Amino acid sequence: MIQLLFFARFREELGVDAEQLEIEGLSCMGDLLVRLRGRGDAWARLFAENQRVMMAVNQEVADRQTPLHEGDEVALFPPVTGG
Amino acid sequence: MRVQSEPFDPNREVDLLRADDPSIGAIVTFIGLMRDSNEGARVDRLFLEHYPGMTEKALRQIVDEADRRWELQHCRVVHRVGELLPSDPIVLVAVAGRHRKEAFMACEFIIDYLKTKAPFWKRETTSDGERWVGARESDDKAIRHWQSES
Repeated sequence: MIQLLFFARFREELGVDAEQLEIEGLSCMGDLLVRLRGRGDAWARLFAENQRVMMAVNQEVADRQTPLHEGDEVALFPPVTGG
Repeated sequence: MRVQSEPFDPNREVDLLRADDPSIGAIVTFIGLMRDSNEGARVDRLFLEHYPGMTEKALRQIVDEADRRWELQHCRVVHRVGELLPSDPIVLVAVAGRHRKEAFMACEFIIDYLKTKAPFWKRETTSDGERWVGARESDDKAIRHWQSES
């Protein structure tokens, strides 16, 4: 299993802040995005190819090539706007 | 480095930064305040969300990188989360160095990186309702400037 976290606009538009997901078939972040996009509706819209999505694996900035491992904490969020 | 929902006093943070260290020759501070307007609308309130755990890690990495580049004497970063009102300090970056040049550079580097790398998000309450603040292209440009220098 991996732990998925969603923040800010993503959390609101998806209506979920966290979920557990079986890692089977997900070798990297790119695989995960394809899987989530396949859920349709807000998922397809937010994670479409042309959308800016920031991601982190175990609280480190990641990209589509970052590999996934059992027990990882994975976060998906819109571009940050602090400061 | 602190992330907190309570207000902070920037002057007190600077006093603490310089306390008992006569080797400091320069302090540069950046204080980000909540502005009462954005993109043509009046902003009454701001809510700041963050990713606990990753936020602290990201800030640590940014300050470590600044220290690697400019050998700082001291550095203090404080960032508010939760509900804010106009004029509230949102963020303080205070850098102490031996000389002004490295303190200026490090302070600008830290706030530029914080704005594009640290997981904070602003949601503003305006005269037209609530909205999430979008990322700015100018912030990405600021980062590319530092990357081409490293």
